Amino acid sequence: MFSLATILENIKTLIENYWQVFIFEGVKYTLILSAIAVFFGSIFGVVIALGRMSNWKPLRFLNKKKAKKGIVHAISEFNPISFLCSAYTEILRDTPLLLQLYLFVIILPTIIKVADFSMFTWTSIALALNSAAYVSELIRSGIQAVDKGQTEAARSLGMNKIQTMIRVVLPQAVKNILPAIGSEFVTIIKETSMASTFFIGDLMTSYLKVKGATYLALEALIIVAIIYFILTFFLSKVILAYERRLNSK
Amino acid sequence: MIQTIDLYKSFGDLQVLKGINEHVAPREVISIIGPSGGGKSTFLRCLNMLETPDSGQIIFEGVDITNEKVDIDLHRQKMGMVFQHFNVFPHLSVLENVTLAPTVVKKISKIEANEQAMELLNRVGLADKANESATSLSGGQKQRLAIVRALAMEPDVMLFDEPTSALDPEMVGEVLDVIKGLVKDGMTSVIVTHEMGFAKEVSDRVVFMDGGIVAEEGTPDEIFNNPQNPRTKDFLSKVLY
Repeated sequence: MFSLATILENIKTLIENYWQVFIFEGVKYTLILSAIAVFFGSIFGVVIALGRMSNWKPLRFLNKKKAKKGIVHAISEFNPISFLCSAYTEILRDTPLLLQLYLFVIILPTIIKVADFSMFTWTSIALALNSAAYVSELIRSGIQAVDKGQTEAARSLGMNKIQTMIRVVLPQAVKNILPAIGSEFVTIIKETSMASTFFIGDLMTSYLKVKGATYLALEALIIVAIIYFILTFFLSKVILAYERRLNSK
Repeated sequence: MIQTIDLYKSFGDLQVLKGINEHVAPREVISIIGPSGGGKSTFLRCLNMLETPDSGQIIFEGVDITNEKVDIDLHRQKMGMVFQHFNVFPHLSVLENVTLAPTVVKKISKIEANEQAMELLNRVGLADKANESATSLSGGQKQRLAIVRALAMEPDVMLFDEPTSALDPEMVGEVLDVIKGLVKDGMTSVIVTHEMGFAKEVSDRVVFMDGGIVAEEGTPDEIFNNPQNPRTKDFLSKVLY
């Protein structure tokens, strides 16, 4: 019954009859979702990363004796912004994405009544917030990989913290960060498959649709697998080429 | 011009500076010598607050810059610093390395900054490299660029943190020549160095630091030819041969 010839024949038929579902729904929504997640995730990720690296210690005045140890020192060194941002990163990285999707797509819409937010929008928000947690870590490590001497040189010239960050550190950090964000994009493409839980039209949803209509589960799954592979494989190659170009500069 | 009063600094349990009282007069050239770990670099880095001292004061041009309410960026503009590892900006061209701070901090026009930068680069023989990437330079060229980058802010004092320690031997001369030129023009300078011959030649005063204190100081002649402190004698006998 499971002859290779039949399977190939079925795949051919599926592609002929349903290619529009795979391409114009599946691939389209998977790419749109991934792009939204990475784009807004990166912007929010920058904010989180800068927050984690901030140096705001509002309780410093408590440490009048400039103690370097003990409870007073610990309290005076407390940085609420950095704390909140690390908490955000840790919580989102240490709970399953599927759980976060349930929260944003099923639970939150019943609490926050935003009339014209579709399931797709809620899914995008959840993916972007999740991606931000990962991207913020990429950005943070990219920034911290820039030699400390660069900051010292800039500061010794009289540049303030923000000028130093924008004109000296970030331009160098981008070289470390961009390829990593590219890899994050590849990861997100695969993770969007979880959104099919809510049948929102991504590539995995198109598998569910085609399977439901034809009962050809294996064949539909093979097609979807090949499409995912092509997307991520070639994207990885593009990123690699880009990374080489950056490094050769 | 710069005065330090009772400067203390420790990293964790290690006390690096144990009460430094020094005074740098205008147009004075001071060399700081001494064994590694003696606190030379830390002291120099305290002078422009790259390291925050635990206690003590640093009076620069009449202002105590250890005060947290002081805008340190403003005072750093008047203090140029040259680092052991050059720290040129690799993402910028040679010219942009020099013009960055004047355009960003002092907000002078790009044209004016370029003109000034070319003049300075010309002085250290780097004018023909102006449009090349800073990464393409040799070590000696990078350090000359770093000096010019600091000079572009028209500082009142230059701080040199072992400017030749990371250089190949054949490049030490070209960097020292640039510093000598500056000193001759009357630039107030504090130089942490292991080049004893150079220290002897350019300094008005030599400071010997060991174990976090100033163990001995005096004119180059006093320190090099007639040291009093046994630790100075010991150190010099190891480095002068």
